[in-house]
Amino acid sequence: MAIALAAVNALTKRFGDKVRTPVAFSDKVTGRDELSVTVAREVIADACELLKTEPALAFDFLLDISGVDGYDTNPRYQVDYLLYSFKTGGLLRLKVAVPEEDPTVPSVTKIWRGAEWHERECYDMFGIRFTGHPDLRRILMWDGYPFHPMRKDFPLEGKPSNVPEVAFTEAAPLQGGPFVTVPAEHAADREPRIRENALPADVRDKAKKP
Amino acid sequence: MTETKTTVGYAGKIEDEAIVTQLDAAVDWVRKNSLWPMPMGLACCAIELMSTAASRFDISRFGAEVMRFSPRQSDLMIVAGTVTYKMALAVKRIWDQMPDPKWCIAMGACASTGGMYRSYSVLQGVDKILPVDVYVSGCPPRPEALLDALIKLQEKISREPGLKNLKKTPAANAT
Repeated sequence: MAIALAAVNALTKRFGDKVRTPVAFSDKVTGRDELSVTVAREVIADACELLKTEPALAFDFLLDISGVDGYDTNPRYQVDYLLYSFKTGGLLRLKVAVPEEDPTVPSVTKIWRGAEWHERECYDMFGIRFTGHPDLRRILMWDGYPFHPMRKDFPLEGKPSNVPEVAFTEAAPLQGGPFVTVPAEHAADREPRIRENALPADVRDKAKKP
Repeated sequence: MTETKTTVGYAGKIEDEAIVTQLDAAVDWVRKNSLWPMPMGLACCAIELMSTAASRFDISRFGAEVMRFSPRQSDLMIVAGTVTYKMALAVKRIWDQMPDPKWCIAMGACASTGGMYRSYSVLQGVDKILPVDVYVSGCPPRPEALLDALIKLQEKISREPGLKNLKKTPAANAT
């Protein structure tokens, strides 16, 4: 936590109000004690460069990059960077807000080579483009697949598509689902079921028909 | 010609070293006891498939131990695991490369129906792209279940009019 705080201070010193107030998360049971900070989209690459090169911080390992689709929120998307330092043991989460009308983020592949596949996955699943990425292709789905499946407005069962000679998709039969689990004490209550509130009204009515 | 159900007839006291049978039954008998599987291992079912082939369960007791990793040398495709849409046409292509006569076992829930993956990325059953002879339930099935499927398939092959099928074109021979 001390390293993460020092990192946030260094970021604030360099980028000023482009770095927001950090949010702490700690949990005694799991021993987690983490810091998240939102930075402006245009400085993310420079911020990562600083965090890696500053000897006292030395965030030499990019654990993960993940995309988030807020759907109803504005800006809609968010990209999270989870940084770790083998030298100092510091852990820091950087967040970048990405608007729907211009879903681009500067790439950090020049800082950590491992970001290449993370950014490709993020592009594949959410359609967020990383400018400066050397090879921004889909990584899980195939070239020519027309959708970004982790977006909230993409149905769980998928949509039909066809790329001749490569792959096709069909919508899966959900049988009145999706089946949703909820937090509960007993396993029987947690079991995935059709939850009334989890479904749009028209889907719910269709599922009730015999 | 109706479907043959005749098996190999052997009565040692009468014929001594002679075996009386129909050509169909003889062809089927040869085929069913020497199935060469193409192990289409795509997920955790493949581990059970390996276990089925290994010493404890020993698939060679049923004459199907010659796992060939070339489709051109196999006549039984065991689809063991989740078939994703990305993999689907590759599986189809391997199936097409297998020479006739050929059979298919869909091993486990995923290969049979898509299993728990009611999802945008998973083919909802391998029978959407190729003809399946035997489905095995389980997630993953135990080796005994796969062996049972193999025996079921052998029973199915022994009922086939093998000679009649020989005269058909390969396209008509499918299923």
